[in-house]
Amino acid sequence: MSQSHRIINEGLLNRNKEISFKFNGKKYTGYEGDTLASALLANGVHLVGRSFKYHRPRGFFGAGVDEPNAKLQIQLNGHSEPNVNATEFELVEGIEAKSQNCWPSVEFDVGAINNFLNKFFPAGFYYKTFMWPKSFWYKIYEPFIRKAAGLGVASTEKDKERYEHKYEYCDLLVAGSGPAGLSSAYAAAKNGAKVILAEDKPRFGGSLLTDEVTIDNLSGKAWTDKIITELKEMPNVIVKNRSQVFGYYDHNMTVMFERTGDHLENKPKYTPRQRLWYIRAKEVLLSTGSIERPIVFGNNDTPGIFLSAAAKEYIKVYGVLVGKKPLIFTNNDSAYETALEFKKQGIDPIILDTREEHSSELIDAAKSQNIQIKFSHAVITANGYRKVKSALIGRLNKEKTEFENSETVECDCICVSGFWTPTVHLASQSGNKLKFDDRIDAFVPNKSKQNETSVGASKGTFTLKETLNDGFRSGFDLSKKITNNNNSSSIPNSNETKKNPHDKFWCSPLPKNKNFKRFVDFQNDVAVSDIEVALREGYRSIEHVKRYTTLGMATDQGRTSNLNGLQLVANVEKKIVPQVGHTTFRPPFTPITIGTIVGREVDMEYMPTRKTPMHTWHEKNNAVFVDAGAWKRPRYYKQGNENLFEASKREARNVREHVGICDVTTLGKIDIKGPDAAEFLNRVYTNAWLKLPVGKARYGVMLREDGIVMDDGTTTRISENHYHMTTTTAQAANVLSHLEYYLQVVWPELKVNVLSTTEQWAGAALAGPKSRDVLAKLFPDLDVSNEALPFMGYIEGNLFGVKAKIFRISFSGELAYEINVESGYGLFMWEKMMEIGKEFKIQPYGTEALSTLRIEMGHVAGPELDGRTIPYDVSLEGLVSKKKDFIGKRSLQKEAFNNSDRQKIVGLVPTDKKTSIPEGSHLVVDKNAKLPNPKLGHVSSSCWSVENNNPFSLAIVKDGKNMIGKKLFAVSPLKNTSIEVEVISSHYVDHEGKRVRS
Amino acid sequence: MLYIKCPFCGYRSQKEFAYGGDGTVKRPELNQDISDEKWNEFVYLRKSPRGKHVELWHHVAGCRQWFKVQRDTVTHEIFQTTKMNEEIK
Repeated sequence: MSQSHRIINEGLLNRNKEISFKFNGKKYTGYEGDTLASALLANGVHLVGRSFKYHRPRGFFGAGVDEPNAKLQIQLNGHSEPNVNATEFELVEGIEAKSQNCWPSVEFDVGAINNFLNKFFPAGFYYKTFMWPKSFWYKIYEPFIRKAAGLGVASTEKDKERYEHKYEYCDLLVAGSGPAGLSSAYAAAKNGAKVILAEDKPRFGGSLLTDEVTIDNLSGKAWTDKIITELKEMPNVIVKNRSQVFGYYDHNMTVMFERTGDHLENKPKYTPRQRLWYIRAKEVLLSTGSIERPIVFGNNDTPGIFLSAAAKEYIKVYGVLVGKKPLIFTNNDSAYETALEFKKQGIDPIILDTREEHSSELIDAAKSQNIQIKFSHAVITANGYRKVKSALIGRLNKEKTEFENSETVECDCICVSGFWTPTVHLASQSGNKLKFDDRIDAFVPNKSKQNETSVGASKGTFTLKETLNDGFRSGFDLSKKITNNNNSSSIPNSNETKKNPHDKFWCSPLPKNKNFKRFVDFQNDVAVSDIEVALREGYRSIEHVKRYTTLGMATDQGRTSNLNGLQLVANVEKKIVPQVGHTTFRPPFTPITIGTIVGREVDMEYMPTRKTPMHTWHEKNNAVFVDAGAWKRPRYYKQGNENLFEASKREARNVREHVGICDVTTLGKIDIKGPDAAEFLNRVYTNAWLKLPVGKARYGVMLREDGIVMDDGTTTRISENHYHMTTTTAQAANVLSHLEYYLQVVWPELKVNVLSTTEQWAGAALAGPKSRDVLAKLFPDLDVSNEALPFMGYIEGNLFGVKAKIFRISFSGELAYEINVESGYGLFMWEKMMEIGKEFKIQPYGTEALSTLRIEMGHVAGPELDGRTIPYDVSLEGLVSKKKDFIGKRSLQKEAFNNSDRQKIVGLVPTDKKTSIPEGSHLVVDKNAKLPNPKLGHVSSSCWSVENNNPFSLAIVKDGKNMIGKKLFAVSPLKNTSIEVEVISSHYVDHEGKRVRS
Repeated sequence: MLYIKCPFCGYRSQKEFAYGGDGTVKRPELNQDISDEKWNEFVYLRKSPRGKHVELWHHVAGCRQWFKVQRDTVTHEIFQTTKMNEEIK
């Protein structure tokens, strides 16, 4: 079948470029400029999917975002995408589309049995049926529902496409390029405002492309082209097609997605597929137009039934006839335009008008063309299963509550028009509380909450003349407010047909003893009867009715169903629509891909990577890295076939026996200066700081105001008013904010400045009994003896011409130094240390060995300072000053913090001296006790003690100090282990701390 | 996403800032006897007003200054931002 429904000389397509594509395995052709929908319709294909619940055959209904049915699975460029709207997707060479929600095929779908069992699928069916037994839910009900309620299938492959984000600021964002958008963008741009004009479709112009109007004696299309050309030449205007403003957030932040790639046959390598724009506009002009709403009648979901404006768009834009024997069913004048377009193509439509016989410009035009019009008539039901074959129509009584007669007319399509619904989604998202407009039976924007203005059909203005007037005026006024310019543009003359008022008829009554399904919401398969059931069962709030019946949910957000649903609820409840209210409009307006939201923030670009100056050396020396926040730190340096356990044991043992070197650049470093620096530290830390001499470091603990330990580290007095603070790697940023808070907010009178210098200094720790020997060779001019540079001492030195800061501090519990040089010299320092240390058997050690060393020393770190512990819990009571006040001190008086059986830090050794204890294990008295087994504490850190050659752990245990010597069980349900342990002191190595002072 | 006027840098996107809690809380003076009740109130109890509220924000990805913001907690409208040593009028 070769484009049987294509019209020769109509439409805006490129007829010189034929495009071939596949649908459900069959090959078809279309033209450049087609959508998937228009190309299929050109080939006479209507049946594209099965409905959500009843698996009824469904065809195209709209021609753009209004489409509820035609959601297809698309294969393109090797990836598969579900739920693509066929009426929006532009045809490109080689795409393959498939129907969804049907098995084995769209022509014959087993699930359609639901349609004949529909008595058993009432509203809330799933809620009612799948209630019990509870055990059925997981294995039986959920998989069944998932299968039955299928839309498309998400790909499990990695998305190889490129997506981008962009930030833009402008004076005026115009959403929609119909007459309202074009006129306001033009007026504002001419008045010097920075304007962004966004059009969702590939073609600019909106209704101007399909309506028989003239502006300045030009056709709508010609005028559009003229304005767009001018706008594109202006430097203060960004004009974007294929770009939908889909979200409206606080402070006039709008979000737009641009389809940059899918329509290109040979997409250049670095062209993204889609681009997300964050646009902060001073003013937003909403010219989003309106969407035609259907009239509800029997079997109104049969393929071949269209919105009348969609049928017109298929003729005028795509040169496609949706049928050759059309029945036009309307309650207003606009569908007459569709009838006249059919007539122009030599096709005789029949018009059913629910209104009584009267005359208007369009009615008269139709009559003069000899188009058959049946007034006071409506469609009772469509006939045909996979495609409309005929319609049962009837004459309405005066009250339009019953049919006076009925007859069958043959037709191959029904074009229905129930008047127009303004697209108010963005206005509503912006906080505008909508109001109901009786004149058009729809909601329109009311008072703006943000700087937004609706113009044209989106606020219920349906004539071109008013829209252009309003557009030019709004564009000028808004731009004048921002630019203070006064260049107004003249408003063009326009011509259009005058339309008579519509009729409020929205739903055909059922004839007696007939029970045709009349659908309100096609996408979610919600029929009139479903909503009636929900109301009968006591659901009153429209939000509840929505959730119970799924009315207006899913990807089309009820664009065609909302108002008819509200009408129905209002009728049954004997209310009027504004009393029923409407459900909430939420972004996005149409579905967007996850890729667009994520943008470039994938893989390595997910977050910045911080590397130390010595990173390349680590890489060359087989470091296996671990993430520490954004930092990459060597976890261990692999030698031969070593694993983590073996390597870290070797590295740690080398520190205890000889000397090791560790990259400590990642520690937070904060420079603190000012005459009140000592006083400030005295308030920040729990211990005393006023008497720390110059050239000395001190270990400090800082608390939050609630008494919980926040961080620890050493701070060194470099000179009278200058301190160098170190923090843990993890808390560096928080500690800086914390210090800034107290200096700027709480104690602004203190003369102190803080500055992060983490990135400015490269740090290396030399640790082990031989570290002094290495240091002495690194700094031959310095006296580094225990007397000249004692534990917690600080001196500055010259490392082969590079200024170095030498701190005698220790994390490993060994004699140790930390040397800092300016970052650029980090690698130089490291290599010198390795070179000089060679004779002392120096080896680099990673974070795993570092942990081992600190754990067996009983030195607390992140796992112990976990946001739940106070200094007393982790053996830091010696650092809590009794004399002075400090941040969080008052909280330490809390009763709970002073309980005698408060949790305390202890050490654990497995009684078999062999089995490693998983971190996170719970400590219990009886491993076989009945659940819930009373928990005494948990294992915070575990290592293999290289000093004692057996496993050792730190734990936080209730009444810990009195537990020493007792036996407990460390149980880990996660690892399925249960290990007998002995509680010992947390200091497993060098109790008296002799080594650090040696 | 809010658009916040840093008193030092001008209008910037919310992404550059960190929220810093209730701006009306005063830390008790150091070295004072404070009742359990008063201390508990300072550490834990915060009002969650509907409507106008003075709060602190920190320009972490900018000038690193803390400042005051008067914001409507319902509509997110920001009425005023000031430096710490200035009063919200």
